[in-house]
Amino acid sequence: MSEGVAIVGVGAAVPRPLSRDVSYREMIFDAATRAHTDAGVTHHEIDSVVSVCEDLHEGTSITDEYVPDQLGAVLKPVQTIAGDGVQGVATGFMLIRTGIADLVVIESHCKSSNILRHGDVLEMALDPVYDRPLRANPHYIAGMEMRRYLHESGTTEEAVAAVVSKNRAHALDNPVAPFGARIHTDDVLASSPLCEPLRVLEMSPYADGAVVFVLASEERARRCPRPVWIRGIGWISDSPWLAMREWADAVYASLSAQMAYQMAGIASPAEEIGFAEVDDTYAYKELQHLEAAQLAPRGRAGVMTLAGETRRDGRLPVNCSGGSLGMGYCFDASALYRIAEAARQIRGESGRAQVAHATTGLVISWRGVPTQSGGAVVLNAD
Amino acid sequence: MKRKPRRKVAVIGAGLSLFMRRALETGKELSYYAASQALETAGVRLKDIQAVVMATAPDAFDGVHMKGDWLLDGAGGVRKPYTRAYVGGGSGVFSIISGWTLVASGLFDLVLVVGEEKMSSCQPHPQGAFLTIFDHTIERPLGPNLLWIFSLEQHRYMSSYGIRNEDIALVSVKNKRNALNHPAAQVAANLSVKDVLASDVVAWPVHRLMVSPVSDGAAAIVLAAEHVARRLSEKPVWVQGVGWSLDTSYWGNRDLAYPRYVERAARMAYGMAGISEPRKEIHIAEPYDPFAYKELHHLEGLLLADRGKAPDDLARGRFDRTGELPTCPSGGLMGVGNPIAAAGVMKVCELFWQLRGEAGARQIPGNPERGVAQAWGDLMQIGTVAVLGVH
Amino acid sequence: MAKPARAVRKMDAPPWLALRGSPLSDDEFHGKVSTTSWIPRLEYGWDAGIAISRFLEGLKAGKILGVRCRVCGRTVTPPRAFCELDFRPMDDWVELADTATINTYSICYVTWDLKPLRKPQIPAVVEIDGTTPRVGFLHLIGGVNGSSVEAIRKQLRVGMPVRAVWKKPHQRAGAITDILYFEPVKRHPER
Repeated sequence: MSEGVAIVGVGAAVPRPLSRDVSYREMIFDAATRAHTDAGVTHHEIDSVVSVCEDLHEGTSITDEYVPDQLGAVLKPVQTIAGDGVQGVATGFMLIRTGIADLVVIESHCKSSNILRHGDVLEMALDPVYDRPLRANPHYIAGMEMRRYLHESGTTEEAVAAVVSKNRAHALDNPVAPFGARIHTDDVLASSPLCEPLRVLEMSPYADGAVVFVLASEERARRCPRPVWIRGIGWISDSPWLAMREWADAVYASLSAQMAYQMAGIASPAEEIGFAEVDDTYAYKELQHLEAAQLAPRGRAGVMTLAGETRRDGRLPVNCSGGSLGMGYCFDASALYRIAEAARQIRGESGRAQVAHATTGLVISWRGVPTQSGGAVVLNAD
Repeated sequence: MKRKPRRKVAVIGAGLSLFMRRALETGKELSYYAASQALETAGVRLKDIQAVVMATAPDAFDGVHMKGDWLLDGAGGVRKPYTRAYVGGGSGVFSIISGWTLVASGLFDLVLVVGEEKMSSCQPHPQGAFLTIFDHTIERPLGPNLLWIFSLEQHRYMSSYGIRNEDIALVSVKNKRNALNHPAAQVAANLSVKDVLASDVVAWPVHRLMVSPVSDGAAAIVLAAEHVARRLSEKPVWVQGVGWSLDTSYWGNRDLAYPRYVERAARMAYGMAGISEPRKEIHIAEPYDPFAYKELHHLEGLLLADRGKAPDDLARGRFDRTGELPTCPSGGLMGVGNPIAAAGVMKVCELFWQLRGEAGARQIPGNPERGVAQAWGDLMQIGTVAVLGVH
Repeated sequence: MAKPARAVRKMDAPPWLALRGSPLSDDEFHGKVSTTSWIPRLEYGWDAGIAISRFLEGLKAGKILGVRCRVCGRTVTPPRAFCELDFRPMDDWVELADTATINTYSICYVTWDLKPLRKPQIPAVVEIDGTTPRVGFLHLIGGVNGSSVEAIRKQLRVGMPVRAVWKKPHQRAGAITDILYFEPVKRHPER
């Protein structure tokens, strides 16, 4: 029996800062209907469902209770992964690999607009004994990490600002990216500091959204119109302690990428990966993640960015969707948006955002501060 | 879900912490106790473990957002593939399903599964974590608390089949007595039905002694692929079948008298295990018993008793430790305690020891060869089932 | 701070290794061990969405609304924008009666943090008349005398008809609490 697993259906709500007109259930129902239609399957055929959500993002304890209906999954084997979006995809991937499932649905959504003050939620992710009593805005962790990354890699603040400029420009060519804009690096550098050296424009804006995938076994995928193959997947969590982490390096991302490359049989990532959609929750993260994934030598991601090499027409197009900076930050669903956009590229459906020769793509995800959990996915056309 | 899994998976080690009303230890420290013991009994080191699964219930208990990430070092998850699968109270037994998925997929050969709960951090009462399980718009304004859903369901169960509260109280008596032999037990006791019914009515028909306690504790198991299990263990216990099923969230639209989601989960697990006559082929059961009636409810859903007839079977001793089908020989949640996700893993640990003939004073007679563990959760909505056996 | 002795329990039962853990007494827990505290200040404003918004508007107008699926023919409440079984939009709105049948009820004597209640709360699942199959939602029962289990059980039983008691129109806010409670229907023939 063959081992391939493919994404055969993609359904995504257009991310937007507010979504007052629909409940999360209605938003997910719409995305699920689109995913089923895209895959050419009905909800009856789905073997199992994996949802990715977190209690405090929803304001509901045991929030997995509210998952099944809007996915057409009443009385099906449904589970929730309280983790990163890639962990959810990995769970679906493994369910198919066990041999017991042919079609698995993955879902994640975000109603960040329903959280009145996200800072209060984020503060509760900090260790209650060691870190919370400091009463500091949790984004300081990103500020500290950015400082150390710039220091050790020799990356300039201009290079980080250039990531913002590029991704928001990319978003102008993506009809579903709400934050497209022409912003010069000087504008970014002139924006007010959030947690110095991190600036306000270097942080992705929040958005509401929902993404649903249909994953299929190799046999089943061959009967679907446009499969995109998951050739490798990896996910790693590093220590939660602030006091003992590699501030300059995204170790979770390098180990995740190694795991995914090994599975995909990729020996020279910089040569074999054609484009990337990587987490850019904070602009410096894009650079750190590119280096962790061996797509840029240490300290060179910023230089490459300044040279335009990561633009859509560059040597290594990165976040041609606009990334989270251009599409919005959707908590754990951000990873699914990156995968959805990578799948669109591989199918050649990205319109004006389309990359030439998008055959093999890499996705890198991250759960955000204060975690060191992330994942990697290698996708290709065949 | 029709095909057979590709790989066989075995449990090769199990560990527990004490179950306590309030532990001095943090959740991470409790996880470490259980995980290190599971590794030690399996004869493996943390560096041999390729991936880690964590089960733990609402973040509100700890008051920590994304608590899976926060807890991971206590469970040995640092720099490893680590996931937290979450199905409310069903998470404990689900964690073995998660671990099974990791190994059966062929991606990993040796996986650590940890269930942890520290409820005592939630003040003034851990029930506070459950206030927000209800629909935010059409239920929460009514001021519901967790007891309501159990008492409503128990009453529907009783009224549908003419079951008396005396019949249900017997579950508390049996399980608290069984727990007298369990070293982790928090609320073991020798009680009579009269004692149970004399305890306060918290939400009629539920009396205080029909409710499991709030607890702190952890439990862990080590899972291995067949070739590894045969090398490392003389008596691996095989995961023969797994199943889970989640019913609609519109719980007012469901038949509360019968847990059809448990039946779905059981049928999936039995199918995988090749079981066609569960009452003959299953020798021991650890059904989920956070409230006394739930054990009976679940035994019916597991197809181990006729609908509405589990109380009769209980009354005639069928479910005693020396009965035809011993249920909750560990003492269950009613006796050992209910650190939610850890309690589900504890049930799997019990099957592991019972099937290896190592349960000491708790050992059921007759060399049991196959057992089933089950948990339940969410809005009375999920069934998680694992069938373990010696072959 | 006094450190409680570590308890290690051995018994003739597995696991054969001693179990670890340090149980705290009430007294130790309240003041004898170091703790840190945090009061969450989380606030949410949930979007009710298409279906529930309309349901709430109905309540404000003194009506219980449901929706019918054109495929399976079920009429359900609380309303939803899609049929979860047929997975298609559910947009055939119907006005239901404000009478119902008790599916199950409970008599609750404690608050969520287990403080005693002088007057018990009576939560119930009520099946709203006009739904198919008979389905409904969580609400409260009122208009019942006494507070003992015996007194209340004499007045209530599963299968009994009940009727919504509404807030006065000007007090309604478009919320589930626009219905104060359901009360037994007097002199109503048995179902």
